[in-house]
Amino acid sequence: MINRREFCKKAMIVAGGVVLPLTLLEVFNPKRLRAERDGQGKIRWVFLVDINKCVGCGFCVKACKIENEVPYDANVTRTWVERYVVTEDGQTFIDSPKGARDGFTTQKIDQAHQGMKEINPEEIGKAFFVPKLCNQCENPACVQVCPVGATYQTQDGIVLVDRSWCIGCGYCVMGCPYGVRFFHPVYHVAEKCNFCYHRISKGMKTACVDACPFGARRIGNIRDPEDPVTKIITSEQVNVLKEEFGTKPQVFYLGLSREVK
Amino acid sequence: MVHGEAWTLKEFFVYPNEYIYWSIQIVMYPFMTGLVAGAFVLSSLYHVFGVKQLKEIARFALVFSLALLPVAMLPLLLHLQQPQRGIYVMMTPHFTSAIAAFGIVFTTYAMIVLSEIWFVYRQFIVQTVLELRSKQRRNKIESAQLALYSMLAMGAMDLSPEALQKDERAVKIMAAIGIPVACFLHGYAGFIFGSVKANALWMTPLMPVIFICSAVVSGIALCIATYIVTMELRKLIYSWKRKNNPRLPSSDELKSAEVVTVTMTSKYLLMFMVLAITLELLDLIFRNYTAVKSWDILRSVIYEKDFVNIFVLQYGLGNLLPFIIFLLPGLTIRRALVGSLLVLMGVFMMRWNVVIGGQAFSASFSGFMEYKMPIWPSSVELFKEGLFGALTVIVTPFVLFYLVTRVLPVFGVKDSH
Repeated sequence: MINRREFCKKAMIVAGGVVLPLTLLEVFNPKRLRAERDGQGKIRWVFLVDINKCVGCGFCVKACKIENEVPYDANVTRTWVERYVVTEDGQTFIDSPKGARDGFTTQKIDQAHQGMKEINPEEIGKAFFVPKLCNQCENPACVQVCPVGATYQTQDGIVLVDRSWCIGCGYCVMGCPYGVRFFHPVYHVAEKCNFCYHRISKGMKTACVDACPFGARRIGNIRDPEDPVTKIITSEQVNVLKEEFGTKPQVFYLGLSREVK
Repeated sequence: MVHGEAWTLKEFFVYPNEYIYWSIQIVMYPFMTGLVAGAFVLSSLYHVFGVKQLKEIARFALVFSLALLPVAMLPLLLHLQQPQRGIYVMMTPHFTSAIAAFGIVFTTYAMIVLSEIWFVYRQFIVQTVLELRSKQRRNKIESAQLALYSMLAMGAMDLSPEALQKDERAVKIMAAIGIPVACFLHGYAGFIFGSVKANALWMTPLMPVIFICSAVVSGIALCIATYIVTMELRKLIYSWKRKNNPRLPSSDELKSAEVVTVTMTSKYLLMFMVLAITLELLDLIFRNYTAVKSWDILRSVIYEKDFVNIFVLQYGLGNLLPFIIFLLPGLTIRRALVGSLLVLMGVFMMRWNVVIGGQAFSASFSGFMEYKMPIWPSSVELFKEGLFGALTVIVTPFVLFYLVTRVLPVFGVKDSH
């Protein structure tokens, strides 16, 4: 007959064993760690934006919203275009009304709550458009901070969100230095650009690349030396956004000016 | 409506997807965990370091930290977009995330608090059981009480001096382990913010330490305030009861004991306050001096946009004024109450200025965002992330404290701890 003390002892051991999450052990699974960190496959998707070619028409934003079912009128978007107007005395004005879904229909700069700012065309030194999208970072801060592993990086470098597992804490949204993440207005989970993963994995281009009439957006595979995008990235003067965060962004820009935030 | 749009006001250039995603509930979260950790540290001062003058408030603080415990989780649940999936944090923790540790740290801490309370109250529980058992006739309430207390006793009915001594030792050990765990519970809340490299205001290694110090400050202040209010209520009740029973302690006796406890506790409050302010100012001066890329926008947030919140409410009314109140000789109960309430407000404003202030500027450093707290809860979301959601979080621990003290009374318990 088991006495009370023994019973308590054994019960504690059993309870402790049950409580110990088995997932603790999974951390040490090297296969999964490798998949999470550096996929060594034949594909690593990268993006190339040519700022000199962008005219700010916003077709890319429109196409993205429709393709990826982000509600058309919601004030969030997976990709957007920013307009930069730099005056001769060095002041920079930036706007992106509705993410430039409808392009830029006025010369006035949208200053949000501060109203529309009119700039004398005589004083403008330079002006240009900068398309933005997820940088599919090599070292993604958003994947690091997700408490449940609902956001993860695929072997070919794309950061995805599992809508059935995201708890909606917003830590990834706060962790992204580029502001590409938001909460999906319908699914109420974290949402982001995924280079149209459903399209590129079937050999198609992303919706924004197909929609761009000027060839300002291109997608490519950096592991393929024959890919025209790879050739440009390796042979021309390209730049990336916010390198100082150590996220190793994989969206490359041609003609990136220092004013770009 | 996009999440965050209802309460975010944008100015100049802000990225299209940027909103104030972490609102009032994320202010409440570090504030409430801070109170838990602080209350526990206060009770440990007596149990571990044997600060005898704190005996009266130690038991009080311990029970209060139990009442606050579930409330540390409440704001997080109210904040989640998918609260029904909150448990995933414990089921499939992704350990590279600071939040993933929450389940483990929180559970460890909860077990320590619960077991410490059990050891502190074991004698009382057993005595109650024996008393109820000895009664010849028990009414329904007494029978229910007997069942409850028998369950709480968990069969450990030994009241011999050796057994009680063992209890005392266990309490001491639990309190000693509890201090680092409580600090970890809260320091790691600071880490959640301090490690966000995308946020220029949050990213500093000082954040966890600042959080711990201000946590202890707020915990002690809350204990002082609640202690005073409870004692005042007791005095009222006693003076009413004394009409029939003159042997009860007079309100003057109660009052002198109260002043001694409050004065003693406020010394520890000041100590931790000096530490917290030093670190906060160090952080501010350092940012000012090094003036890295983000400083331009931070300066306009700190010195212009949030000036009233930071320098008037947090440092002025929340730190400086209570400092003077507590340091002036001849501390009275009323002054202590005002002082500790101001300290609580100051710590709350500190959390506010970190959480909301950290989102007051765009990651593009070219624009600002302002948080307009939703007042009237016209939808579930506006309730959760608005004034009434926050009030729910504030009121809950007091309701729980009342309920817990129905079973485990804080005052008038005879024991050796």
